[in-house]
Amino acid sequence: MSTVKELQKVTIHFAGDSGDGIQLAGSQFTNTTALAGNDLSTFPDFPAEIRAPIGTVAGVSGFQIHFGSVEIDTPGGRPDVLVAMNAAAYRKNIPNLKSGGVVIANTAGFDKRNLRLAGYDDEENPLDNKPEELQFYEVDITKLNREALKDLKMSPREKDRSRNMFALGFVYFLYSRSLENTLQFFQDKFKSKPEVLEANIRSLKAGYNYGDTIEALQRYRVEKARLPKGEYRNITGNQALALGLIAAAQKAQLDLFYAGYPITPASDILHELARHKNFGVKTFQAEDEIAAITAAIGSAFAGGLAVTATSGPGMALKTEGLGLVLMLELPLVVVNVQRGGPSTGLPTKTEQSDLFQALYGRNGEAPVPVIAASSPADCFNAALEAAKMAIEHMTPVILLSDGYLANGSEPWAFPKSEALPEISAPVMQAADENYLPYARNHAGVRQWALPGTPGLEHRVGGLEKEDRTGNVSYDPDNHQKMVELRAAKVSAVAQNYTPTTLEQGEPEGDVLVVGWGNTKGAIKVAVSQARAAGLAVGQLHLRNLHPLPSDLEIYLKGYRRVLVPELNNGQLVHVLRSQFLVDAQGFDKIKGQPFLAEEILTKIKELMPHE
Amino acid sequence: MSSAENSYTAKDFSSDQEVKWCPGCGDYSILKQMQTVVPTLGIKKEDLVFISGIGCSSRFPYYMNTYGMHSIHGRAPAVATGLKLTNPNLSVWVITGDGDGLSIGGNHLIHLLRRNVDLNVLLFNNEIYGLTKGQYSPTSEFGKYTKSSPLGSLDHPFNPLALALGADATFVARTLDRDPQHLRHILEQSHQHQGSSFVEVYQNCNVFNDGTFEAFTDKKQRPYTTLDLKEGEPLIFAKGEKGIRLNGLKPEVVELSEGFSPNDLWVHDSSDATKAYILSRFFDESLPRPLGILYQEKRFTYDEALQNQMDKAHEILGAPDLDQLLRGKNSWTVA
Ligand code: SF4
Repeated sequence: MSTVKELQKVTIHFAGDSGDGIQLAGSQFTNTTALAGNDLSTFPDFPAEIRAPIGTVAGVSGFQIHFGSVEIDTPGGRPDVLVAMNAAAYRKNIPNLKSGGVVIANTAGFDKRNLRLAGYDDEENPLDNKPEELQFYEVDITKLNREALKDLKMSPREKDRSRNMFALGFVYFLYSRSLENTLQFFQDKFKSKPEVLEANIRSLKAGYNYGDTIEALQRYRVEKARLPKGEYRNITGNQALALGLIAAAQKAQLDLFYAGYPITPASDILHELARHKNFGVKTFQAEDEIAAITAAIGSAFAGGLAVTATSGPGMALKTEGLGLVLMLELPLVVVNVQRGGPSTGLPTKTEQSDLFQALYGRNGEAPVPVIAASSPADCFNAALEAAKMAIEHMTPVILLSDGYLANGSEPWAFPKSEALPEISAPVMQAADENYLPYARNHAGVRQWALPGTPGLEHRVGGLEKEDRTGNVSYDPDNHQKMVELRAAKVSAVAQNYTPTTLEQGEPEGDVLVVGWGNTKGAIKVAVSQARAAGLAVGQLHLRNLHPLPSDLEIYLKGYRRVLVPELNNGQLVHVLRSQFLVDAQGFDKIKGQPFLAEEILTKIKELMPHE
Repeated sequence: MSSAENSYTAKDFSSDQEVKWCPGCGDYSILKQMQTVVPTLGIKKEDLVFISGIGCSSRFPYYMNTYGMHSIHGRAPAVATGLKLTNPNLSVWVITGDGDGLSIGGNHLIHLLRRNVDLNVLLFNNEIYGLTKGQYSPTSEFGKYTKSSPLGSLDHPFNPLALALGADATFVARTLDRDPQHLRHILEQSHQHQGSSFVEVYQNCNVFNDGTFEAFTDKKQRPYTTLDLKEGEPLIFAKGEKGIRLNGLKPEVVELSEGFSPNDLWVHDSSDATKAYILSRFFDESLPRPLGILYQEKRFTYDEALQNQMDKAHEILGAPDLDQLLRGKNSWTVA
């Protein structure tokens, strides 16, 4: 008879070969967990190769979920549970497992061949020499799964395809989860393949029932989280970003035009948007990154809500286009879902190293507002804000996300459409004899005169413009004036910021931790732990990286030390030091992996004054 | 200002900007013919848009009193694509040159042509980089002496029309800056064509490459060096003295005085892709240079197809409901 123990929070890490269906098992566990009412955060981590060398550590694909009945801010540091489909998955992840953790090992993945591929010396099976502080379930998943499917007309290889669902079924049993949502998912996904449908259903149930047959098995229950009231769904960053763009187009009453070139980890935005053409969304898969941004510029000229998304290498190619749209003073949202760089770098790993590129990476004096999303669900708000800013200020806006936000997921209290901010596009409706293409309003914003409107015919281009008329001008004084006018227009964006507030802490104290982007959750946990230990620590998280909010300085100067953790070699810290003359200290991690809260906590403690 | 159709004159399309090409440049003639033709096309002035890249030819939009954009080097086809897809009612003209369209922007050009977005591409070919003061271009002849090739260029030149046909363009034509009537006719036909029209205009750069097309434009030589393509008519040139016949797939020049009659000749059929390709290879002195429409084909346009998808999506997925979209399929309520 198994017993059920109640837990507040758990971190499970699913790992296997990149062909093992780990991401699918992970996302199914996530959806079921979300529907069960837990708070959660996920982190998929997979190799760049579609079929990385089988059985090797380099080919291991992982999916981590942290869920609980309490607030969850990160995908968890060290996992409590490791599901290892083979020896390589075991080898890669076992050092991270918490002491007292649980290992579910597919013993079929620890045969001679797998051991050799995973690099174990002398084919010594680690399962023969298990760390004592861990608890093991050694299950021959491959064999049991084939057994469950034995009368289906499929090859052993085909049968093995659903063994991930056997593992998932077993984990569902351990965590007292319902199979319902995943069974429903099978019905939709394998509608046209009855035998695959049957195999998946059987595998899932077989895994679940296997749990039932083990004597004295410890089961767990994680109660619903006490999340704020509201309606929720689970969402990834890229999905949320796509929905934010659609919402912005609806609010602005413009058609969304999205041009992109396939690139990891941004492609899912294109995939998501292409499904919603009934919202007037036009998606254009361009021949290259340059065509993607320039097609978007053509759309902006015609009056579309124009968007292009990419990652670092693509961003490099879009640089000249960004300069053009900045001269044209047309709205454009450019999304950079950052990944490890430079060059092709680490396509599937996360990093925040394109901040300098976003702030400075153009020829000439070329300021562009920069916004960063801070969690998967926050990508919705960030996209909406970026689009609103671009449209209302007639400027390109760079929106920074990253691989960790893009693929990670969390519950999202989605808003009602009527609660979303209005967006008013400065479109000129009718002919005006006094129309001057580069005349500006009080905020330095020119008007948007769309081709097709009689009487507003005008020419724009990348050559320097004469103030007000927009005619080509090489006049020296005019050039200086235009550079200043464009900069002033971008600075004016900050007037619409909501006042800066601390996420946690008092206006003054010992250490202020300043972050941007995906580090928010890890910093939040670290700072709250520091505060619980009585330290005078605060957390400030930046949404707008250019222009920086003018009220930021008060906070920076209210603390004795400023700590800036970043997944780069120290970029924001450089900006803060130069702009505010504060002795801010960087804390850099450049490993393609997000911060662990404990790493930040340790750093905070180091910086505390010793009295 | 009136936007009624057909009441415009060429003057209505001339902007207030001073034209700054070198005196004698072939671009003047192209601009003039464009301004002459557009009032006759039945397009409202506000619906005309000229998009260019960088180079001498790319200054063109500044001189047209319509909507226009002087974009960045080579990218005009992509800019125009985004523009047309966002507002399919516009009549969009891409103005480019041999450097802009075939060197830095070659990729965009071929992809535009294969997609068949309904717009017009005018490639002003002067076989030289003019704006940067005279380097050899991707259409300059092999061995050309320029500042950047003092010992002669080593580049094999592009054949722009063969390239366009290779990219499955649906309208491929060639004309000359020095023949206003021919030029106007081709501009009209280009406009009439639904899909991407590719028009190569031989344009004289009298400063850096003067006379490069002299053999085709000079009144005396032209009858013998060029071939005026006329739909349904036999290929005759040299003032009726010579014709072209096909010997299998091989074109041959024959003398009409030597026992050949027009019945023996190749009859121009611009819907025949194979023959169009052969025509595009009339590219050395042994054969006259074809002028006119080499090829045209009716094929669905990208913009049409996109609109069909949009309509279909609306039909299947229903009217947009933002709240439903945000809620998704699996939501739950925390009370
Ligand atoms: S350089 Fe040549 S192409 Fe350019 S404007 Fe002068 S003559 Fe015309």
